[in-house]
Amino acid sequence: MYTELAIGLVMGFGMIGPGIGIGFLVGKALEAIGRNPEAISKIQTNMILGLAFTEAIAIYALVFALILKFVQ
Amino acid sequence: MASELHISISAERVFSLGPLNISNSILTSLMVSALLIIGFLVVSSLARPSMKKPHPLQNIFEYMIQGFYRLIQGITGDHKKTRLFLPFFMTFFLFILANNWFGLVPGVGTIGFRETETGTEQMVLLQHEIKTPVALAATATAQAPAEEAQLENNLVETEDAGGELGITEEAQANPEEHQTSIFIPYFRAGTADLNTTIALALFTMIMVQVIGVKYQGLGYFKKFFDLRNPIMFFVSILETVSEVAKVLSFSFRLFGNIFAGEVLLVVVGSLIPLIAPMPFYGLEIFVGLIQALVFAMLAVVFFTQASASHEGEH
Repeated sequence: MYTELAIGLVMGFGMIGPGIGIGFLVGKALEAIGRNPEAISKIQTNMILGLAFTEAIAIYALVFALILKFVQ
Repeated sequence: MASELHISISAERVFSLGPLNISNSILTSLMVSALLIIGFLVVSSLARPSMKKPHPLQNIFEYMIQGFYRLIQGITGDHKKTRLFLPFFMTFFLFILANNWFGLVPGVGTIGFRETETGTEQMVLLQHEIKTPVALAATATAQAPAEEAQLENNLVETEDAGGELGITEEAQANPEEHQTSIFIPYFRAGTADLNTTIALALFTMIMVQVIGVKYQGLGYFKKFFDLRNPIMFFVSILETVSEVAKVLSFSFRLFGNIFAGEVLLVVVGSLIPLIAPMPFYGLEIFVGLIQALVFAMLAVVFFTQASASHEGEH
């Protein structure tokens, strides 16, 4: 019973940080593109790389939730 | 509905070679490795530097390798290091990419066989691991007949009729078979198994130490045992911890992304099977490419950090 609660808490709290992070990242990238539209390709590649790292933190929470759910 | 899904966090045994259990993820990894090796052998046999007009395949591979050479040159800033790191980068990148994309091929993870506990010998540990997710999947399809059989069985037993021995045995055998029958796919994306990703991560981090020793000698290990002053001692403990944490973050990032992608596709496919999974397929193809690139790039970044001397910083 507590496992389900734990899964919910892991997912809920684990998504807060990456959500804020992705928001900041994309916001800043868009700002940079707005300031310097010629650098769009460089900014985009680096943004996507950064997104992958930020997303990975959410994925850690997801992995823990999946382990809690599917491993006895 | 949810109980129909077949989701297993660990790879499952397909067959055994003596004492060695061959799991479905290792089977896929071996296939992918074989494909990559054969592909590169074919390309290298086609490549002739003296030819005036290069073969189209040679052209594609040269273009690819040049692109990655420039990418790594941008990280290391040293042609000698780039030539050393490029093979590692390409190997990691292509292996992970091929594995990620192999998991998206229709049929991988859905074509398999049912195995009963009594049918073939099963390692006890593996069986215990597998039982939970698959029991769910098995009950969904077999619940109705199993329950009927169970009822019949109980009835017969309470009546204690000696003449109906044949039916009793059948009824007893059926629920037993249905409850322990498990679905095992033949293939599973290699990177959707934590064992593969941990192996890749350990290899990378050991390679980082090797490159550190190669470029800085044994003095490289000073950063892990720094006794000059208490602060540096504390920093060296942190360095050691971060080296271990890198293995975890490497392996969990890749495994989590690919496994979560598979779960996502399974769930979306079970909710709306027709057109809805298509954009998610596109997303997974993209994620597979990005994760392969991130893994390989990070490895090269750590190689470069290890090869650069720390003396300038202090």
